[in-house]
Amino acid sequence: MSNQKDNRVRRGVSRRSFIKTGLGTAGALMLPSAFLNSAWAKDYPSLGTFPAGASGDSVFVGLSIPLTGAYSATGQDEKHGYELAFEHINAGTGMAAMMDSLKGSQGVLGKKVEYGIGDSETNPNSAVQVQTHFIHDKNAIMISGCSSSAVAIAIEKLAQREKVLNMVGASGSNDTTGKDCQRYGFRSQPSAYMAGKALAPVVAKEIGKNVKVAYLVPDYTYGHTVFNSTQKFTEQQGWKTVSKVVVPVGASDYSSYLLNIANSGADVFVNVCFGNDSVASSKQAQQFGILDKMKMVVPNISPFQASELGADIMAGVYGTLDFWWTMAQRNEYAKTFVDAFDKKYGKKPRWTAHIAYLQSMMWADAVTRAGTFYPPEVIKTLESGKRIPSTLGEVYYRAEDHQMVREVPVVRGKSKSEMRSPEDYFEIVGVTPGETVMPPKGTFGCSLGGYT
Amino acid sequence: MPNLSLFLAQLFNGLALGTLLALISTGLTIILGTLGVLNFAHGALFMVGAYVGYTVMQATHSFVLAVACGALFVLVLGVVIERGLIRLYYERPPEDQILMTFGLSIVIVETVRLIFTGISQRMAVPDWGSGIFNLGFMIYPKYRLIVMIIVVVTLLVLYLVLYRTRLGLVVRAGIEDQRIVGMLGLNVQRTFMVVFGLGAMAAGYAGVIDAPIVSVTPDMGQTVLVESFVVVVIGGLGSFPGAILGGVIAGEIISLTSMFNPAYSQVMLYFVMALVLVLRPQGLFGQEGRE
Repeated sequence: MSNQKDNRVRRGVSRRSFIKTGLGTAGALMLPSAFLNSAWAKDYPSLGTFPAGASGDSVFVGLSIPLTGAYSATGQDEKHGYELAFEHINAGTGMAAMMDSLKGSQGVLGKKVEYGIGDSETNPNSAVQVQTHFIHDKNAIMISGCSSSAVAIAIEKLAQREKVLNMVGASGSNDTTGKDCQRYGFRSQPSAYMAGKALAPVVAKEIGKNVKVAYLVPDYTYGHTVFNSTQKFTEQQGWKTVSKVVVPVGASDYSSYLLNIANSGADVFVNVCFGNDSVASSKQAQQFGILDKMKMVVPNISPFQASELGADIMAGVYGTLDFWWTMAQRNEYAKTFVDAFDKKYGKKPRWTAHIAYLQSMMWADAVTRAGTFYPPEVIKTLESGKRIPSTLGEVYYRAEDHQMVREVPVVRGKSKSEMRSPEDYFEIVGVTPGETVMPPKGTFGCSLGGYT
Repeated sequence: MPNLSLFLAQLFNGLALGTLLALISTGLTIILGTLGVLNFAHGALFMVGAYVGYTVMQATHSFVLAVACGALFVLVLGVVIERGLIRLYYERPPEDQILMTFGLSIVIVETVRLIFTGISQRMAVPDWGSGIFNLGFMIYPKYRLIVMIIVVVTLLVLYLVLYRTRLGLVVRAGIEDQRIVGMLGLNVQRTFMVVFGLGAMAAGYAGVIDAPIVSVTPDMGQTVLVESFVVVVIGGLGSFPGAILGGVIAGEIISLTSMFNPAYSQVMLYFVMALVLVLRPQGLFGQEGRE
């Protein structure tokens, strides 16, 4: 077939032959991609779960999600995000129908995407166990899912060791694309650095420049990097740190820690805690009268924090989010995602579902553009810096550290009277372009491992 | 260096934390002392109490009813668990009992998660407890102050039950020597059932009272379980006064350490526990040789 096509081209370019050639080429491009893939797969050596994981009619994606434990609510949301994404990818609907590479196709390179979900329990060991099973027993061609940076980093390392691509789930630590970055890991959520840099000018403008700050910091990689970055950028705006209270993760009673904050003489209370810890500490801060005296800032607002605390506590709170569903008003891709999610689950997605959805789409897009599941080729495609239109406008992963360059929304909690619907908790006060908040290359000591 | 007012504030807060820990731990310690069963589902029962209280509070807006229902529900649940499961394990080795109660706690926690999801629920502070109170050297949430009083009164009632009633006498005798109590013709089986029910009720009751302070989640009992074990080890296995003193000591350790270095507050708790185990293995109020 290709010989015939070549002959036609050689005869000279008349209008008719041009159209014929065009149609022929288009036809060749529309060949079942599975056929193309099986032909191309032979050119690549075995690596990780390739080609075993890509040889059948379907490919398998391993998901480790916290279904139990402290982050189970966000895990449920994340699970819904993945389910919707793979449903759209397999049916060629939703965002998959809007992306240039996936438009008009079903599945990825003609293969149906199947997935398995294992409970990570918000525990790095459990998550690694789950994913090891998926890699070895199911030949997972891609792994994803997590709601904690400690878990994310453990999975990234596993991915690098096993040479299986990892589209990182929810993780805000600088280390994920910093000192613990991996060639096989790609992260879409803004790092603590990006969130801090986007947030600082907004809070300095809204709250003031000459203020004293007290921090409540959970004692793990996420907490420490969020503290460092928020402190760095707010101090550039004139804020002064008067107290840093490091707390164990999973504490239920924060009274003794909050007394230190209450006693610090601060004007602003920066609560870095995440998930249930954030809910419990914010609630208790209100009971101790801290929120009457101090403005609360939450650098990275937990997915369900507002609905769990209610507008009476969250009103006037500043922070950043990976995504908020009202962003659907300014972006067609976001609208498609939010509407489909709402239709399927009867509620608005939180940002954990968004990460799951976007990362799955970015993976499907990259594999399709690479034309193969062979990991190094997919990685090189993701590293190419090609701008991909998405729920966050045009995005790409930075080749040097695999951090997605994407806009960062800064939000303010609405008061009850400002809310137009039951889930309308935040007003987007600013969307900072990704390029302006990226750390200079090499800031966090990222050294990506090898391709093979 | 921390100032005097912060020191006093933390000292007072340690006492408040400690009394609540003491209440939860008394339930664990009397079950352990009487039945010889280390109940790993104690934290889960605490959580069930909080959820029942939350549900009743949502429906009726009555805190008193919430506390009553939460405590009674867990009492009944405790009796059912004792009759249906624990009873079968009295003659089996401790590791079987631990595995069974641990498994039971997972089942309870995940059942609650299935019903209420993992999203934390908000139980409002009752109207009479909202606001803050100025103690002179510090301001303190009014509800926590009232909780302190409620807990002290409850501990007093528990003390009277254990030390001034016939049931209490049997329970204490059971803690000393189960076999002799049985040989004296007392119905040990029934006492065991009542003790397990009461111990569970103490956890459920504490769960409802604590619910407006912490966030109500299926996993809220985990930390509580670990901390109350530490309290029981410090105070002495099976000792009621030990649980109270252990609770207060644990509360003060957490509070006072967090004044200097909050990250070490939990570590210090375990450090003191280890110290007690080395210097006085039976705990402060425990008796040597008691199982």
